[in-house]
Amino acid sequence: MSTPGRPARGDAQSQPVEQLRYARWLDLGARTGLVVLVLSFLAYAAGLGQPQVPVERLPALWSLPVAEFLQASGMASGWGWLRQLGHSDVVGLAGIALLAGCSLPCLLVLVPLYARRGDRAFVVLCLAQAGVLLLAASGLLSVGH
Amino acid sequence: MPAAPLHAPFRAPVMGRLFVGAWALLLAAGPAQAAGAASAAAWPWWVWPLALFLVCFLMGIVAVPAGIGGGTLFVPIVGSFFPFHLDFVRGAGLLVALASALAAAPVLLRGGMASLRLAMPLALLASASSMGGALLGLAMPAHVVQVLLGVLVLGIVLLMAVSRQSEVPIVERPDALSRALALHGVFVDRASGRSIHWQVHRTVPGLLVFLGIGVLAGLFGIGAGWANVPALNLLMGAPLKVAAGSSGLVLSLVDSSAAWVYLNRGAVLPVIAVPSVVGMMLGARIGARLLGVLKGAVIRRMVIGLLLFAGLRALLKGLGVWP
Repeated sequence: MSTPGRPARGDAQSQPVEQLRYARWLDLGARTGLVVLVLSFLAYAAGLGQPQVPVERLPALWSLPVAEFLQASGMASGWGWLRQLGHSDVVGLAGIALLAGCSLPCLLVLVPLYARRGDRAFVVLCLAQAGVLLLAASGLLSVGH
Repeated sequence: MPAAPLHAPFRAPVMGRLFVGAWALLLAAGPAQAAGAASAAAWPWWVWPLALFLVCFLMGIVAVPAGIGGGTLFVPIVGSFFPFHLDFVRGAGLLVALASALAAAPVLLRGGMASLRLAMPLALLASASSMGGALLGLAMPAHVVQVLLGVLVLGIVLLMAVSRQSEVPIVERPDALSRALALHGVFVDRASGRSIHWQVHRTVPGLLVFLGIGVLAGLFGIGAGWANVPALNLLMGAPLKVAAGSSGLVLSLVDSSAAWVYLNRGAVLPVIAVPSVVGMMLGARIGARLLGVLKGAVIRRMVIGLLLFAGLRALLKGLGVWP
């Protein structure tokens, strides 16, 4: 039977070491993602920069199914938004990608901890979870509407 | 710095006004939405993100005392009363649930209210199946998803109305898988000052339930705390506070996977997602301040009423009875 990590020192820090490490990395990633998300949106709403889709057109477009929206707006799907990062309305997607991806490094930093302890089940779980996130992020899974 | 509690004389009128405000906003949005895209498009673009921010702010306030995630309220209400296509509403709903879970998870992990060991195996299956759910949802016609959403929301209303929770369930003997994965821990209950040693059982049925929860989360873009907590608490025997905290951690991983699918398909619009996320998070901060002073049961009944209305609206909209 494997055992959870030894509690870290400190009063509020009586949780397993790996749990605290995961929390620290997650906190950093989530804060960064939220800041990017909000700042980019404020810049967009204030009219700074050139948007891919003018804001005045949005009410006519956002009621369309996503496939028709992409066709009408010229927005890219998959990782194509990286090529459109110069547009003010696309920058917000960087913040969203940061939020959706910030769990990945948290999982990877746990692998050496579990490996040193010989907790093979949780090494496999961390790597498998990271693999699921990478598969989701890769855009390889795609179907038509 | 801890937030100061609100003064008692202001509580009831403030909450009443907020709730009336939320209903007024929804009723104002409803006719414009029902009149179709042309009518909604006649309004200035900024009206909708602003209305979305206000409605999400109010949803955030009531979600915390009602004991449900804001994401559970978001998709049925915004999907039924705003002019956005359900694809974008589900994408934003996932972001709302994800941002809330990410903001809370570090605090819960440090305080021992969430268990990484307990969450990891459950999150793995649920996040894998959430991708399937997301792909399924984006491939289905919107009216079918709307009908299924209505049925699901009415099911959640039933679950909220009848479910009972167990503060610290008794787990006589953990099963073999739970022992092998060391799914146990200790948390200090600040209310009682007690250290509570916990362990779980029925791990395999729990894993299967989370497989299904992942599909629902991806399919509807809806936070799945309403299902996670009973599964962890009543089925697997985790203490209620550990179940609620670990549910948030599971959600952060499940919603990440599903959010990537929506993002890659182009179904995440920052102009919808950002006001929703910010409004919900600001509202949740107020809701947390009100937590100690409001009657949770009253708020819960109000939210059940709101969900019942939104669920019926989604169902009737999907069936074409109330377009």
